[in-house]
Amino acid sequence: MASHYEAPIRSPLITGDKTYHDITVDVAAPVEGKANKSWWIVFTIALVAFLWGIGCIVYTISTGIGVWGSNKTVNWAWDITNFVWWIGIGHAGTLISAVLLLFRQKWRMGINRSAEAMTIFAVLQAGLFPIIHMGRPWLAYWVVPIPNQFGSLWVNFNSPLVWDVFAISTYLSVSIVFWWTGLLPDLAMIRDRTITPFTKKIYSILSFGWSGRAKDWQRFEEVSLVLAGLATPLVLSVHTIVSYDFATTIVPGWHTTIFPPYFVAGAIFSGFAMVQTLLIIMRKVSNLENYITLQHIEFINIIIMLTGSIVGVAYITELFIAWYSGVEYEQYAFLNRATGPYWWAYWIMMTCNVFSPQLMWFKKLRTSIMFSFFISIAVNVGMWFERFVIIVTSLHRDYLPSSWVMYSPTFVDIGIFTGTLGFFFVLFLLYARTFPVIAQAEVKSILKSSGDKYKKLRAVHGDDVKLYDEVKSEIKHQDIEDTTKEENIRSLISSIGTFDPKTQTQDDLKRISGVDSIMEQKLHQFGIYTFEQVSRITDLEYDLLDSLIGELPGSAKRDDWAGQASKLKNS
Amino acid sequence: MASKVIHAIYNDDDILLQAVKKVRNEHYHIEEIYTPFHIHGLDKAMGLADTRIAITSFLYGLVGLIFSVVMMNFIMIDDWPQNIGGKPSFSYIENMPAFVPIMFELTVYFAAHLMVITFYLRSKIWPFKKAENPDLRTTDDHFLMVVDIGKHDINELTKFMHNTGIVEINVIDKDEDH
Repeated sequence: MASHYEAPIRSPLITGDKTYHDITVDVAAPVEGKANKSWWIVFTIALVAFLWGIGCIVYTISTGIGVWGSNKTVNWAWDITNFVWWIGIGHAGTLISAVLLLFRQKWRMGINRSAEAMTIFAVLQAGLFPIIHMGRPWLAYWVVPIPNQFGSLWVNFNSPLVWDVFAISTYLSVSIVFWWTGLLPDLAMIRDRTITPFTKKIYSILSFGWSGRAKDWQRFEEVSLVLAGLATPLVLSVHTIVSYDFATTIVPGWHTTIFPPYFVAGAIFSGFAMVQTLLIIMRKVSNLENYITLQHIEFINIIIMLTGSIVGVAYITELFIAWYSGVEYEQYAFLNRATGPYWWAYWIMMTCNVFSPQLMWFKKLRTSIMFSFFISIAVNVGMWFERFVIIVTSLHRDYLPSSWVMYSPTFVDIGIFTGTLGFFFVLFLLYARTFPVIAQAEVKSILKSSGDKYKKLRAVHGDDVKLYDEVKSEIKHQDIEDTTKEENIRSLISSIGTFDPKTQTQDDLKRISGVDSIMEQKLHQFGIYTFEQVSRITDLEYDLLDSLIGELPGSAKRDDWAGQASKLKNS
Repeated sequence: MASKVIHAIYNDDDILLQAVKKVRNEHYHIEEIYTPFHIHGLDKAMGLADTRIAITSFLYGLVGLIFSVVMMNFIMIDDWPQNIGGKPSFSYIENMPAFVPIMFELTVYFAAHLMVITFYLRSKIWPFKKAENPDLRTTDDHFLMVVDIGKHDINELTKFMHNTGIVEINVIDKDEDH
């Protein structure tokens, strides 16, 4: 059908001849299945790291931030490095959902759910650092606009740190709402598949009673579009404001007007790298290679290459402007970064962020999964070092050479950082086993345009091929069957007896193990309402039933419905 | 007398769309359609009015913007003006550039959250709400159309529905359903 047309040159985004039902089954599989051993091993490691991090945070708070490696010159170090790193990672999810939605990029559908989840988990880690680096986190409420000490002095709204509070809390809350609204139809899908009452209850609550009415979908689409429109400037504003934390100071190396776009590009860069890292693992572990295809990996690589190039241009611009400004302090700050005692950090940053993404120009490399994984890790490392370079190497040699120092982290700094890594993976691993990790409702909506099954159909039969032809012929086939079906029902009922609603009462057939509500409905359609009738079923009737029900032949006999029913009718 | 409806179940979105057109051509009343995913053009085919939720979002955004302006003016100018970094806080308009980030964030905050809350309330979705899709398969790969029987002849209507490509049809007493 014409409305599903997509240029044949675009390679399919859903491979493996999937149908709508296949998508349901594949997305629900990780939730319904049991965790394997490697999941438990990774989860345990992450949990231990998380607990160790909690220990280090407790130690910091109870003793004071003197337990960190920060000193009187380098007074802001790993805490803010980690904060900016995590916030940067937390940019890809909303970017994928929002910006790619506005640009109508269909490939976002396979990856947006997990990217958004990753965003939320990363922003949670980021949020920890400003709170603990305040030193007295029990006074964290001072950043919200209440009069100080409940007197009359307010927080300073000219400060980027207060803007940060507003930007990050808006970003986090809007991201959560965006994510959850998108989740509702998919959680509803899991809800309607669950068998045990407990999980059913849980997913009923989580899915907010989503029913999928036409009007709901109409609003859902509009809400997604408007949220995307709001989130796009929002995601740009967040890292812009984070960069103000540095750019509004007069520290050489921080005092640069290029910071906002440079930080935003870096954030998208690192965020996509983290998405790449996680999805390459997840598609393998959760068997989602048909939805997160090589095509997706290649697209992510192209974005990494593009944003990496922007970051590279920003680094070089910074160097040029420092030289061109003629300010010797500025010039020294950059010279010291590249050739001073922290030269190795600078060159790790340069190698990982500027050189390595350039390899993605080669099609062979950007379509290699192993290579993509390797580069994504390199970018994650490089972007951490970028923040370290900006923060520590700018501070450690200030205007007064007598106060020049070196910085090294203590075990507490390292512990808190590994703790947040642990916490992040704990959350992500739990998510991967309890949530639909692919936005299946959205993937279904592009199946006919981008699924390889339908693309092949169009390639063979032309663009106007009816994409439901097979289905239609099946229905006609069923119509022919209907006459024999009616005969079968008649002979079935004649041997097990009819149900007369005036004299008899119907039984709850669901009490027979093997009969669910759908099966019960079917039995009602055949005219079977009582245990009495079911108990009269013999081999001949089982065969008739199987041919009528058409699915799972032999299961009724295996479950011994007749035997169960004769017990139930006497009880 | 309890009013009766027909639950016609389809297994394909294109067939459903065509069926909707056929049913509406015959002037039968489609009460509701439950689908597992958004079908482009279904709302138009059903004759649903456009949603106005984007307009509410714009209005909520305005509320957020006004709220932030009033808040900044009260906190930074009226209640306790301070001279920060040699920039005295005497007039709102002169100090406004410093408040742009807050004004922007609060506009987005109000527009996004209040719109989503409106959506949840209008579509009746919230925690502990019971789902109302009549068939569990409508979140998987089936599409269910509820057609009001009204004063039409039930046999004629079911016969007609059979020709729209259904895979299953049920006649339901509406009152029993709830």
